[in-house]
Amino acid sequence: MTTPVRTGPPHDRPTVVGRTSSPVELLSRPREVPSDSAAAALLSLDLGPARRFVDDATDADVTRALSRGRRRDLHDFAALLSPAATARIEELAVAARDATLQRFGRARTLFAPLYLSNECVSVCTYCGFSAGNEVARRTLTVDEVRSEVTELASRGFRHVLLVAGEHARIVSKDYLVECVAAAAETMASVSVEVQVWDEPTYVRLVNAGADGVVVYQEAYDRDTYAAVHLLGKKRNYEWRLAAPDRAAAAGARKLGLGALLGLHPDWRAEALAVAAHARELMHRWWRAEVSVAVPRLRPAAGGYEPVDPVDDRSFTQLICALRLFLPDAGITLSTREPAPLRDALVPLGVTTLSAGSHTEPGGYASESDAEPQFEISDTRSPAEVAAALRAGGYDPVWKDWARL
Amino acid sequence: MIAGRSFGSRLFLGTGKFPSNAALRAAIEASGSEMVTVAMRRADPTADDDIVDAIPSSVLLLTNTSGAMNADEAVRIARLARAAGYPDWIKLELTPEPRYLLPDGVETLDAAEKLVAEGFTVLPYVNADPVLCKRLEEVGCATVMPLGSWIGSNQGLRTRGALEIIIEQARVPVVVDAGLGAPSHAAEAMEIGADAVLVNTAIGTAADPALMAAAFRDAVVAGRTGYLAGLAPARAVAAASSPLTGFLDS
Repeated sequence: MTTPVRTGPPHDRPTVVGRTSSPVELLSRPREVPSDSAAAALLSLDLGPARRFVDDATDADVTRALSRGRRRDLHDFAALLSPAATARIEELAVAARDATLQRFGRARTLFAPLYLSNECVSVCTYCGFSAGNEVARRTLTVDEVRSEVTELASRGFRHVLLVAGEHARIVSKDYLVECVAAAAETMASVSVEVQVWDEPTYVRLVNAGADGVVVYQEAYDRDTYAAVHLLGKKRNYEWRLAAPDRAAAAGARKLGLGALLGLHPDWRAEALAVAAHARELMHRWWRAEVSVAVPRLRPAAGGYEPVDPVDDRSFTQLICALRLFLPDAGITLSTREPAPLRDALVPLGVTTLSAGSHTEPGGYASESDAEPQFEISDTRSPAEVAAALRAGGYDPVWKDWARL
Repeated sequence: MIAGRSFGSRLFLGTGKFPSNAALRAAIEASGSEMVTVAMRRADPTADDDIVDAIPSSVLLLTNTSGAMNADEAVRIARLARAAGYPDWIKLELTPEPRYLLPDGVETLDAAEKLVAEGFTVLPYVNADPVLCKRLEEVGCATVMPLGSWIGSNQGLRTRGALEIIIEQARVPVVVDAGLGAPSHAAEAMEIGADAVLVNTAIGTAADPALMAAAFRDAVVAGRTGYLAGLAPARAVAAASSPLTGFLDS
C-alpha cells in the first residue's frame, strides 16, 4: 500500500463551535439521470399502483405473496407491507427467517462507522450537522484517522464505514482519498458514506481502497426531499439518485441504499421506492452487492422531530418484507435502534450491524467534544454485541473481505 | 485420491453460514471429512478466534477465492493464501454475480491455467458444463467441481443429465459441489458415480450441524456403496416377462 501524497489543505484544525460556513447552493450538476441507469429505470416506474395495492391487498394476496418464493414482484412486496399482512406478522417472520438462513446462514457481519468530519454546507432539517446549527465542529486529520482505525481494529473490527458531512473544501476529494487509503492500511473493507461525487472521483476512492459506497436517497418522495433539503448541493435529487450508478460504474463492489423513515409521512411509499431502487440497481449492475437500510430518524441537533414515527411492529414487518422481496440483499441495522429490537431482528433479515458506534468525528481513540449526527440507542460495546449474537446462535463475522 | 493425496472420506465441507466456530469444528469432526474449504475473505490470522482455527490440523485446508470477480483477482487471492502459509490447494470460485453466485467459466479457465503454472493444486467450481470440465482437465486441474444446483439453493441435482456426461468423460475426480440440500441428494450424486461431494449450507444452517454432518457422511458412504454394487437400471414399467416377444418362444 502506498501512501498518497498529501495534496489537500491541513486538517489539524481544533474543534470550533459555530456555523460551519455559509450554506451554498450549487446547481452546476445535471438535473437529468443517465438513460442507461438504475436511477432512470426507477424514475420510469409508476409506483402508484403498487402503493394503492398496499392499502387494498387482501388476505389472499398476502398468501400469494408468501408462496411466491424467489420470484416476488413489486406487487407481492406491496402485499407484504399491507395491513392485511400486519395481521400475519408471525408468518412473515417465519418466511423471512427461513429466507435469511438459506442465503446468509448464521453469519452476521459487524462494522463500525468512523465519522471524519461534521463540517457541512448543506442545510437539512433532520441532521445534526446541518450548516445552520450552532454545534461543535471537528475534522479528523489523516493521522487521527489512522489512530481511530487502529483503535477500531483493537476492538475487533475489520470493516469500517467512513462518514462525513458535505464540505467541498474541508472534506475535499483529496482529503477523502487520503482517509480511505489510511483506513485501508488496517481495515479489510472500507466503505464511504459522504457527499455524492462524479464518476472520476468515485474511481479515485475505489482505487484508494474503498470497496463500498453508501448513498441514502433519504427521501424518495420529491416534495419531501425538497422540503427537508433546504440549501446545498444535496438539493439536486437526480444527481443523488444516480450516485450509486456512478459508484458502480467506477468499480465499487458494494452499494448501500437507504430511505430515512420519519421524513415522509407515508413510510410505505418510501419502502416501495427504496426496494424498487435496489432491484433496479441489481438488474443494471449485476456484479454489485446491494444492501439496503431503513433507519428510523432519531432526535438530533436542530430540534427535528420525525413525522409519522414507524412503530416497532411496522418496522419489523418492513424488515421481513424487504428480506422476502430482496432475498440476496444485505440489510443493515445501525445503533439507532435499541438493543432488544436489534437482537430480535437479526434472525429475520438483518445481515450487517454496526456496534459500539460514535456518530461524532473520532470518538474511539480519543474523546471527542464535537456534535454527534444523531443519538445512538444501542450503547453496547462491540464485544457485547458479538456476545449477544453468539447467545442467539449467530456467528459475529468481523472480516468478510480480502483486500487485493 | 486427488493430486496424489488420498482422502479417507468422499465428503468435503464448506465453512460458511455456521453459527459458531465451535459448531463448525463439531460438524467437521462428525462428518469424517478430510478436506474443508475456507474463503480467504474470511480468514484473519490476526484475529483471536479465526475461522481457520476451527479446522483440525489433520484436515486439509482448501482455501477458496470466494468474492473474486475475474481471473486476476482469483490469482491474487491464491497468492495471498500461499503467502499466508496455507497449503497450495486452491478452490477456484469465480462468481461475479452475487445473487446466485454462479461461476464464470471463461475467467475460471483463465485463472486455472495461471495457477496450475504457478504450482497450485487447482479445484475449480464450475457450472455443469461437460466441455468446460474437459478444458479444465486439460490445463491441469486436479478435479472438476460442477454444481448440482446453485449455491445454497438446497435443490439437489437439477443438473443431473450434464453431471452424468461429466462423470462419464472425466479423467480427473468429479466433485459435485453446491445445491445438495439433503443427505439423499449427496447419495444420489454418489450413486451416479461422482467421486466426492462438497456440502456447506445444508450442514451449516441445520438445527444441529454436527448431526446433519453425520447424516451426510453416512449418505455419501451409502451412495458410493450403491454405485460400486452396480445399481439395477430403473424402468418405467414392471418387466416380469416378455409380453411383446414371448410368441417367439411358443
